[in-house]
Amino acid sequence: MSVAASQSRTEIIQARGLRKEFTVRVKAGRLRRHKQIRAAVDGLDLRVERGETVGYIGPNGAGKSTTLKMLTGVLTPSAGEVRVCGLRPVAQRTRLALRIGVVFGQRSQLWWDLPLRDSFDLLRHVYRVPAAEHAARLRHCRALLDLDDFLDVPVRQLSLGQRMRGELTAALLHGPEVLFLDEPTIGLDVVSRQAVRGFLDELGRTGDTTLMLTTHDLADIERLCPRLVVIDHGRVVHDGSIADLHERYGSRRLVVAELDAPLPHPPTLPGALLREVAADGRRLVYALESAGVAQVVSGLAGLASLRDLSVVEPDIEEVVTRLYRTPPETTAPAVAGTG
Amino acid sequence: MADRPGGTLTAYRALLGAQARSQTAYRASFVVDLVGNVGATVFDVLTVLVLFGVTRELGGFTLRETMVIVGLSAFAFATADLLVGNIERIPRYVRTGLLDAVLLRPLGALPQLLLMDLPLRKVSRALFGLAVWVTAVAAADIDWTPARAVLAVAAPAAGVVFFGSVFVATATVSFFWIESGELANSLTYGGRDFTSYPVTVYGGWFRALFAYGLGFAFVSYHPALALLGRADPLGLPQWVSWAAPGVAVVAAALAAGAWRFGIRHYRSTGS
Repeated sequence: MSVAASQSRTEIIQARGLRKEFTVRVKAGRLRRHKQIRAAVDGLDLRVERGETVGYIGPNGAGKSTTLKMLTGVLTPSAGEVRVCGLRPVAQRTRLALRIGVVFGQRSQLWWDLPLRDSFDLLRHVYRVPAAEHAARLRHCRALLDLDDFLDVPVRQLSLGQRMRGELTAALLHGPEVLFLDEPTIGLDVVSRQAVRGFLDELGRTGDTTLMLTTHDLADIERLCPRLVVIDHGRVVHDGSIADLHERYGSRRLVVAELDAPLPHPPTLPGALLREVAADGRRLVYALESAGVAQVVSGLAGLASLRDLSVVEPDIEEVVTRLYRTPPETTAPAVAGTG
Repeated sequence: MADRPGGTLTAYRALLGAQARSQTAYRASFVVDLVGNVGATVFDVLTVLVLFGVTRELGGFTLRETMVIVGLSAFAFATADLLVGNIERIPRYVRTGLLDAVLLRPLGALPQLLLMDLPLRKVSRALFGLAVWVTAVAAADIDWTPARAVLAVAAPAAGVVFFGSVFVATATVSFFWIESGELANSLTYGGRDFTSYPVTVYGGWFRALFAYGLGFAFVSYHPALALLGRADPLGLPQWVSWAAPGVAVVAAALAAGAWRFGIRHYRSTGS
C-alpha cells in the first residue's frame, strides 16, 4: 500500500522506509579507489501529526540533516516514500516550498549586503504573499523577536544571534504549515538563545505550525519538544516523550547519602543498585530500580548514621549521551512509526 | 495560495532589483569595476586591428568584413557572460549553501542563481560589444533586404543564446567533477577567441571540431556571410549561413537537458 493511500487527514509528514545512500570513494593503493556505499539514512519511518513539535536528535553524522533535506525537497531519497503536506517533496518542490519554512543554522535565506528589512520585502515577492498578511506576520515577529533595533542594518553586519532571529522571521512570513529547523540555536549568545527558544515555544503552543527541529542543545529539547525522535546510524532508535526515554534507557533517580563514618562493606539494598562509593566510603550513591526513595533511606538509616541525603533527578543529557554510545547492533528496534 | 499571473515574473524582477542594490552598495568599487571590465573586450578588438596593420586580408576577408565577425562575437560573448557567465561558480554555490537555499524557494533554481549573482559590472563590456557590432554593420556596406535586417537582430541574439548555453552546459560538469573549471574555460573563452576570426583562418580537425562539432561557426562566421552576401569559401550551401537561430535553439535545449541532469545528480548525491 502506498503512503498516499494510507494517509490520514491530520498527518503532515510521512516517511516510510526512507533511505539515502552516498557513494564514498576510498583510496586503495596509489591510483585505485574503490567505491563504498554508505547509508546516511537507513530505512526511516516517521509520522508527524499536524501541530506537533518534534525534536529530531542524534549524534553528528546520524542522518538528521540528510533527513531534513529529503523532507524539504533538496535531496532525492534513494528509496522509500515520503510525503509532506501530502506532496512529494522533490517532484512537487515549488508547490511544497510555498507551504513549508526552513531554517538551516549554517545556511542563510537572507541577502547579505542589504538591510534585513529588504530581505523580508523580497521574500514577500518570492512567496507571493498578500501585503496585509505579510505585514501582520512581520509585526508579530518584530515584537516577539526584538527585531526593531537592527531592521535597517545590512545582514553581513548582524551578530549571529540577530541573524538567526532574522532567519526565523524570514521562514515564517509566508505562513508555512511546517517549520523545519536545523540547529536553530547553535552558536547563539545566551540572550538570543532564550529569545529563539521562547519564540519557538510559543509558536509550538499555538498548534498552527508543525515544528520539526534538530538540535544538540538539551535545554531546547526539554523546553520545546514533547516528542523526541532519536536517530542513530540513519535509523530511529527512540520515538516518544522524554519520560519514555528515561524509562526505556534506564535513567534512574539517584539517592546520594553522606555518612558520618564509612562502613566496612557498603550495604546491598533490595531494589537499588550501588552506583558509586566516594569520599573514602563516606559517600554512597544508589540508583533506584524497583525501590522507592523512602525504602532506600530507611534501609541505610538502619545500618549507619546519616549526615546528609539528596535525591538527584535523571538528566536528559546523561540519557542521550548513553544512547549515542550504544553500538548500533544492540540498539532496540524502533518502537513507533512502523505501524 | 493562488499563483497570480505575473507573480513569478514579479518575483524574478525583485531578485534582480536586490542584486542591483547589493552591487551598487559599494559605489566607488562598482564604477572602477565597470571601467576595468571593458578592458578585455577592447583588447580583443584591438588585436584584430593590429593584424590588419600587417595584412590586407585575413582568411580571405577584408577588415570591414572581419569586423562584422568580431562585432558579433564580442557582443554575443560579453552579453552571455553578463547574463549567464557566473553559473561557472556552481562549486561555490554548493559550498556556501546557496544552491540549497534556492531549492527551498518556490522558484526555478537556475534563474534564481543567475539573478542572485548577476555581475552587473560586466554591463560595460556588453555595451562596448554592441557598439562594435553596430559600427561594423554600418561600415560593412551591406546590401539591405528585409531578411538581412531581421538577421542583423536575430544573429546577435542567437549568439547570446549559444554562448549562454555553452556556459550552462560546461558549468554543469562541475556537479560531477568539482575541478572542471579549466575545461569549461577552454570551451567558453576558447569559443570566444575562435569566433573572433573567420573560420577559414583555422585548419584541419581543429576547425572541424570547434566550427561544426561544437557549432561555433554559427555564432559569427555564418551570419556574417549571410549579411555580407558572400558564398561560403569552404563550399557549404547558402542556407547554412541562415541557420544560426536554429542552432541556438538546439544548443539551448541541450544545455537545459544538461542542467536538469546535473541538478538531479546533485540532489541524488548531495555532493
